[in-house]
Amino acid sequence: MRKLTIPFLAVSAVMLVAAPWIINAAPYESTMGLVQKVFYFHFPSAILFLLASMICGINSVRVLFFRNLRADGWALAAAELGLLFGAITLVTGPLWARKAWGVWWVWDPRLTSSLMLWMIFGAYLLLRKYGGPGSERLGAGMALFGMLNVPFIYYSVNVWRTLHPMTSVVPTLPTDMGRPLWFCFTAFTLLFLALLNLRAGLEHQRVRVEALYLAEDEA
Amino acid sequence: MSDFRRLLVTDVARHYGRRKALSQISFSCEAGEIVGLLGPNGAGKSTLLNILATLLTPSRGTVQYGDRTVRDGGAEVRAQIGMLGHDLFLYPELTANENLSFFAHLYGIADVPATVTAALARAGLSERGNDLVSGFSRGMRQRVALERALLHDPNLILLDEPFTGLDQSSTAALVGRLQERQRAGCMIVVATHDLDVADGVLTRAIYLKDGRIVGTDTDTHNLIDRYRRVIQ
Amino acid sequence: MGGFARVAWHVMRKDLTVEVRSREILFTTLFFAVSVVLVFSFALVREGRAPDDVAAGILWVAISFAGTLAMGRTFERERYNDTLRALILAPADRPAIYAGKLLGLLLLMALVEIVLVPLVALLFDAPILKYPGLLATLLAAGTLGFSAVGTLFAAMLVRVRSRDTLLPVLLYPITIPVMIAGVRGTAALFQATPDEPMARFWIGLLVFWDAVFVTLALWTFEPVMTE
Repeated sequence: MRKLTIPFLAVSAVMLVAAPWIINAAPYESTMGLVQKVFYFHFPSAILFLLASMICGINSVRVLFFRNLRADGWALAAAELGLLFGAITLVTGPLWARKAWGVWWVWDPRLTSSLMLWMIFGAYLLLRKYGGPGSERLGAGMALFGMLNVPFIYYSVNVWRTLHPMTSVVPTLPTDMGRPLWFCFTAFTLLFLALLNLRAGLEHQRVRVEALYLAEDEA
Repeated sequence: MSDFRRLLVTDVARHYGRRKALSQISFSCEAGEIVGLLGPNGAGKSTLLNILATLLTPSRGTVQYGDRTVRDGGAEVRAQIGMLGHDLFLYPELTANENLSFFAHLYGIADVPATVTAALARAGLSERGNDLVSGFSRGMRQRVALERALLHDPNLILLDEPFTGLDQSSTAALVGRLQERQRAGCMIVVATHDLDVADGVLTRAIYLKDGRIVGTDTDTHNLIDRYRRVIQ
Repeated sequence: MGGFARVAWHVMRKDLTVEVRSREILFTTLFFAVSVVLVFSFALVREGRAPDDVAAGILWVAISFAGTLAMGRTFERERYNDTLRALILAPADRPAIYAGKLLGLLLLMALVEIVLVPLVALLFDAPILKYPGLLATLLAAGTLGFSAVGTLFAAMLVRVRSRDTLLPVLLYPITIPVMIAGVRGTAALFQATPDEPMARFWIGLLVFWDAVFVTLALWTFEPVMTE
């Protein structure tokens, strides 16, 4: 995994630099015009945001129930990336919404749940930072509750018909729009994976340094 | 699961971040022994007792109760451990009776009223059973707390600084109770500062300093001199 | 199974006995909840008229604030003489201890809500007697969800230094679905013509949420409490 980090970062960097041109070449959407193109950044970020929460949740299960300490590094990294990509989603969303629907924010279930999930990441990171020793397990416990809220986010759009586009919009996009979308999606995902790897590796090294420090004067 | 007769601690360590609370702790305790953990403040005595009580998991090493560890034994192992912590674990808003009854129910003891009455009698507090614990002196609370720890007839008795703040008679009563349990075949591990009380009572002394064992003694007479020699 | 129920029952009984003797948590929580209702009323009521649906919101805000305080205090009591450690040490089923604590908290919150709901009804002319059964069920389901997560988190944080601020920080984001369901359901019932199917829908969602999260809390209590 480590070896892929640099290539991933490099490729995603190149792709992201190229992205504006590709997005520019995409057709305009009929009703919303130029602003709709925020979608190409907004949608991948939103998916990665949810992915991060699932990675955090699964690794929290491993930490708590299987006492796997390495999983804690992945959980922490996923939480930080969740905060980042969630922030991107929550900023690009309103930028689009203002033009498309006329308001910056609507308190519908999907938006509210996303904001809530973002705050859960924030709370998790606060707990990890200020919880003192042993906060790995406490954080893992809390993250489980956060992860279980994810289905509620996805479920909510399909149950309550709201202002937000239905989840099934992606497969029906015209292929001209589909291409830049998948391009951006790939770029963001590569970036996400590279950063996740880096951050988790950093955390693993920190734990190893501490263990070495402790073992330093063992006989 | 039958009673275990041996406590085996192997290479136990406990870290908090970069702080080493305990390292390379190995010793054993057999039935009928009173093992003393002696050392200055911060030596790791309370941490070690908490690990023995299954309240903390060691960062490294194992603790075996008979031939089982806590991982395999769980509640069954805990059913044979009784702990008297430094903070006594009593509810001040409840009476002595209520405290003992509550824990008796928690331990799943069959005949609660009889057990509680007997425990109060052993503590010498039968007439004070319906008084709130908050009104008791330290010595009285200690006696109730000790009986609470012994309600379920545990095999392994752990005590953290039990003699603190006790007067002469309470101390003697506590020692007497421990020796009675010792004769019954229990294993007792005591962390204490009170070397004059422990003198001659302990069957073995383990000296702890900065989280490590720096010496052991099977002869515990003239404890103060021995302690000074090892620790200083 | 008998062991579980026995332990939970005795933990709850012990909590109630302690509470009845001092009544400290009940009175302070109750008074605090009433103050919250009044403060929010002053903040939101303009020219003697309250905006629509504000009664439901104020009620649930008061419940969540007061509940958070009560949870913190109950575990603070266990910290005082380190009795939480004695509970964990006992050969009892650890989840049963959690269940006992939760039941005690629920009873306390029920007492608070018995005072709070009529008060809100009085101040905002809310029709609480039209569908009392539904309203009671809604309140019960919502309070259960909130308390279940809160009891777990309060127990988790008992040895953490900044526990007073971390408890709400952790609790509120995770229990927002409960708040939404509670407020929307209550608002549906407080309308001029109560929307009964809507209220039932929200109750259903709450029950589902409760089932998921109470189960999760029972599972995670032991691993989280043993260091």
